[in-house]
Amino acid sequence: MSRHVVAPVSEIPPGGRKVVEAAGKRIVVFNLDGEFFALLDRCPHQGSQLSGGILCGLTQSDEPGHYRFSRAGEFVRCPWHQWEFDIRTGKSWFDPRRTKVRHFPAGVAEGSELVEGPYTAETIPVRVEEAYVVVEA
Amino acid sequence: MNLVRPIASYGKPAAATLGLVDVDIHPRVRDLSEFRPFVSDADWHRLTTYGIHARHGFAKGYPFPKAAPLACRRDAWPPGGGPPASDLPFLQEQLLDRYGLDVGVLNPLQPSGQGDVNDGLSVALTSAVNDWQIEHWLRHEPRLRGSIVVPYEDGPAAAAEIRKRAGDPRFCQVFLLSRTCEPLGRQRYWPIYEAAAEVGLPVGIHAFGYSGHAMTSTGWPSFYVEEVQEHATSAQAQVASMVVEGIFDRFPGLNVVMIECGFGWMPSLAWRLDGAWKRLRDEVPHLTRAPSEIMREHVFVSTQPIEEPERPEHLLDAMEWIGWDRILFASDYPHWDFDDPRMAIPSFIPEEKRAAIYGGNANRIYRFR
Repeated sequence: MSRHVVAPVSEIPPGGRKVVEAAGKRIVVFNLDGEFFALLDRCPHQGSQLSGGILCGLTQSDEPGHYRFSRAGEFVRCPWHQWEFDIRTGKSWFDPRRTKVRHFPAGVAEGSELVEGPYTAETIPVRVEEAYVVVEA
Repeated sequence: MNLVRPIASYGKPAAATLGLVDVDIHPRVRDLSEFRPFVSDADWHRLTTYGIHARHGFAKGYPFPKAAPLACRRDAWPPGGGPPASDLPFLQEQLLDRYGLDVGVLNPLQPSGQGDVNDGLSVALTSAVNDWQIEHWLRHEPRLRGSIVVPYEDGPAAAAEIRKRAGDPRFCQVFLLSRTCEPLGRQRYWPIYEAAAEVGLPVGIHAFGYSGHAMTSTGWPSFYVEEVQEHATSAQAQVASMVVEGIFDRFPGLNVVMIECGFGWMPSLAWRLDGAWKRLRDEVPHLTRAPSEIMREHVFVSTQPIEEPERPEHLLDAMEWIGWDRILFASDYPHWDFDDPRMAIPSFIPEEKRAAIYGGNANRIYRFR
């Protein structure tokens, strides 16, 4: 695994996403309220691009007629068959143990730290005064 | 700029050695005015002034969003505007070219006039849909084939439309929906089968329809999850009716394709029908063969949305019973429950059987080759 600089932080606002390529993989990076998460951009079911899905929350129920909605914007739904995946973990809601999207560590690094290397940043020009999203893939 | 390549490995599935045929594609009008050239001034006035009269009160199409806008894949909206599958170049790019389809069968749904209460309007609209298929799709794309959309609640009018279109080889089947006013074996529908058998076209029966009846036999369900199970139950009622009424003996050569109805129910329905027939045969003396035998001779099924049991052998057993020569690949493009041809037909199905499902069976029943 190597670290890839994939975007300036300013390019992916909270609630936003960006599709990037790192280590030959197509990856979608999400910003959940300032935290960054990276998932393989491929649904494990039939292979559609998850980056084309909408964000949703978690609807739960203890009994019919009583519904709770939480974690708004923290799940991505497949644009085809509506499967729900937890953006924080890549796990599906209905079968979190076996059905999951590969996820990659993601975080933020200062430009001043990045210009020192040794990061794979050939496609993103890095400036010391900005912060960047970094994905390990 | 981080340049992202498209997902790799598009193209025809390797096992599709007999060709790739998709028997369920749903083209859509951008808006109703696309039908204008194909209806008379009087019918256009009636349509735009008084509208469609579905048998379902207050519903003229989608009464609720069905999981995704227009029940479609979120990535199927053409970049140039308009609803999914309303734009030929985008449909070519996203479906025909991407998967290397050899043939795609168009099955137009609402608004199509099928099942409309106003018989005259139903006749006018369904015929317009057929002209529209020719002018907007078939004329421009030889890989596409049309379905003859008929006003099925009016048997003689439906038969006339079948005979009118039958000479055009671009139409490959007669198109019905699975929720009709009465069970499809009833005499009011016989002119449809007579005409279809006469011109040598199979009858495709696609899930859905606005019959006026509740979609389940015990009433209206609370959830969409339940509605999508109803495809299998209406299909069973229709197959049982057609078999028991003796349709396939009355109209030799007639075949039906159950589209988007699933198929796991086929063996169970046949076993139960056979059991009842052995005991009650003298009620229906015209039924001279076991129902299962008739089903395995005249009823075909399409794959999408394919059953996904936990254990592969259960799927294989059901397919084995139905017959490897009677199962046709379907994608249901552009709907949200689309099946990807590369992924939906599992690789545990032996290769030559997958080849039959992908193309061989459809080529035979629709005479594409």
